[in-house]
Amino acid sequence: MFVMSREVITDMKLRTLGRHARESLKNLGRNGWMTFASISAVAVALVLVGLFLSVMMNLNKIAGEIESNVEVRVYIDRTATQAQQDQLKQSLKSIGHVQSIAYQSREKGLKNLINSLGEGNDQSAFSSVKNENPLPDAFILKTEKPEQTITVANQVKTLPYVYKVNYGKGTVEKLFKTVRISRNVGIVLIIGLLFTSIFLIANTIKLTIVARRREIEIMKLVGATNAFVRWPYFLEGLLIGVIGSIIPIILVNVGYKAVYEKFSDAGTYSTFFIKLIPYPTMALYLSLLLVVIGAGIGVWGSVTSIRKFLRV
Amino acid sequence: MLDFKNVWKSYKNGVMAVNGIDLHINKGEFVYIVGPSGAGKSTFIKLMYREIVPTKGEILIDGVNLAKIKQRQVPKLRRKIGVVFQDYKLLPKLTVYENVAFALEVIEEHPKVIKKRVMEVLDLVKLKHKARSLPTELSGGEQQRVSIARSICNNPSVVIADEPTGNLDPDSAWSIMEIFDRINDNGTTVVMATHNRDIVNNMKRRVIAIEGGMIVRDEQRGDYGYEA
Ligand SMILES: Nc1ncnc2c1ncn2[C@@H]1O[C@H](COP(=O)(O)OP(=O)(O)OP(=O)(O)O)[C@@H](O)[C@H]1O
Ligand SMILES: [Mg+2]
Repeated sequence: MFVMSREVITDMKLRTLGRHARESLKNLGRNGWMTFASISAVAVALVLVGLFLSVMMNLNKIAGEIESNVEVRVYIDRTATQAQQDQLKQSLKSIGHVQSIAYQSREKGLKNLINSLGEGNDQSAFSSVKNENPLPDAFILKTEKPEQTITVANQVKTLPYVYKVNYGKGTVEKLFKTVRISRNVGIVLIIGLLFTSIFLIANTIKLTIVARRREIEIMKLVGATNAFVRWPYFLEGLLIGVIGSIIPIILVNVGYKAVYEKFSDAGTYSTFFIKLIPYPTMALYLSLLLVVIGAGIGVWGSVTSIRKFLRV
Repeated sequence: MLDFKNVWKSYKNGVMAVNGIDLHINKGEFVYIVGPSGAGKSTFIKLMYREIVPTKGEILIDGVNLAKIKQRQVPKLRRKIGVVFQDYKLLPKLTVYENVAFALEVIEEHPKVIKKRVMEVLDLVKLKHKARSLPTELSGGEQQRVSIARSICNNPSVVIADEPTGNLDPDSAWSIMEIFDRINDNGTTVVMATHNRDIVNNMKRRVIAIEGGMIVRDEQRGDYGYEA
């Protein structure tokens, strides 16, 4: 593994670091095309990582928000008297995992429904429904955890004076499934790409090492430490990774900004409105992550390629 | 200062190159290692600067057992030993000066010290006037002198050479030998594997003959001892 002994790092003089930096730049220049290929590979991988991360983080956020809104709607039998409704409420309370019970009158229910279908729409379209409200009164239950909705709903079904039980089964489950599948596909794709870039970096650095085998041999014969020999190649990998992350960072930032602004604009004139993770937060996270991942694969690539050349 | 205690070395392919060598070399000695081709001279030399480790036995340099030290202690050991090769091992793109300075740079010597020391050793090998030349612009003997300068620039306590005159004409070989002699006069131990009968017979130094990986002869002021 790449372990630079602490003693060596603190001992390292500034002029030595300068020498290592010059060496690594010289190496990168000498193998121009391979350097270009590795930087491009890192860039492509990181663009996809950035894209994937921004989509996944937002999907997770939205899923979380929807999840916390999952509720069980218990429609009450129209024939039930006030006393019977109270009795039903008592039995609902005694069901386990029920966090809250709210009463929704049929008038209120209709209003909410019409509102949720669209404010801007022609309200007259609903006038006939308003006159003859098809909705019964309802209790709205929230469970302690989203996955408890199904068991709670099944228990409610067996109670007397219950006309119908609804819960957002289909949509929520579909959403989670989509999130899960796209996450897995994305992860596999990205791991593949990251390894490809590590491989390319390792090869580029191997080229520069092979070209300088004799130099390394002499260095080791006259008593240079492994750390000293390793530094330029280590910096080389680091540089490839970090340079490779610049374009992805710019792209992902510009792209996310555009998408975010579009969505928040849309929010001002539509009720259907998704709240994305705010741009500044996301920009910071993504940029940091991409630099760190870039640096990581660069260093990994260089470390794997130097190891066997140091055994002199 | 240099001790071999029952040292054995067999290579991965099963070749037994060194078979039970016991040896003591004092500080400041000049020692020739002779023997037929394949006798194990190079193997013996490589054991001394730890390019290879013995299969069995101890090799002590100033009391430090080479077989036991950890990988990270090797650089410290190598800084005590100067090594000279038959093929010089110079970097073709660096000048004479830079080739010598390189050895001091990579052990992080101070730039001022480097400048002074490089000129000193180039003076010793009589190549000051070629400091700016590239190795390709030098004769074989001159290249070997550069590599000797590099091997001693760090003031090692022992200089090890594997056939340093193997590729050289007799005159160049002699000038190389004079340089080693002068290095030895300054108190540095010199151990040299060689096939050069003339030089060995004329110098009258300690001669250790190796055959089949074993010491068959060890004489103070000895002769080369093999027929031409
Ligand atoms: N790296 C190696 N792997 C396997 N066998 C080796 C290796 N190096 C040397 N040998 C074998 O070890 C034996 C001793 O070789 P060595 O190079 O020490 O001989 P030498 O005395 O230096 O010969 P020469 O005078 O020709 O240089 C030989 O039989 C050789 O084939
Ligand atoms: Mg040999």
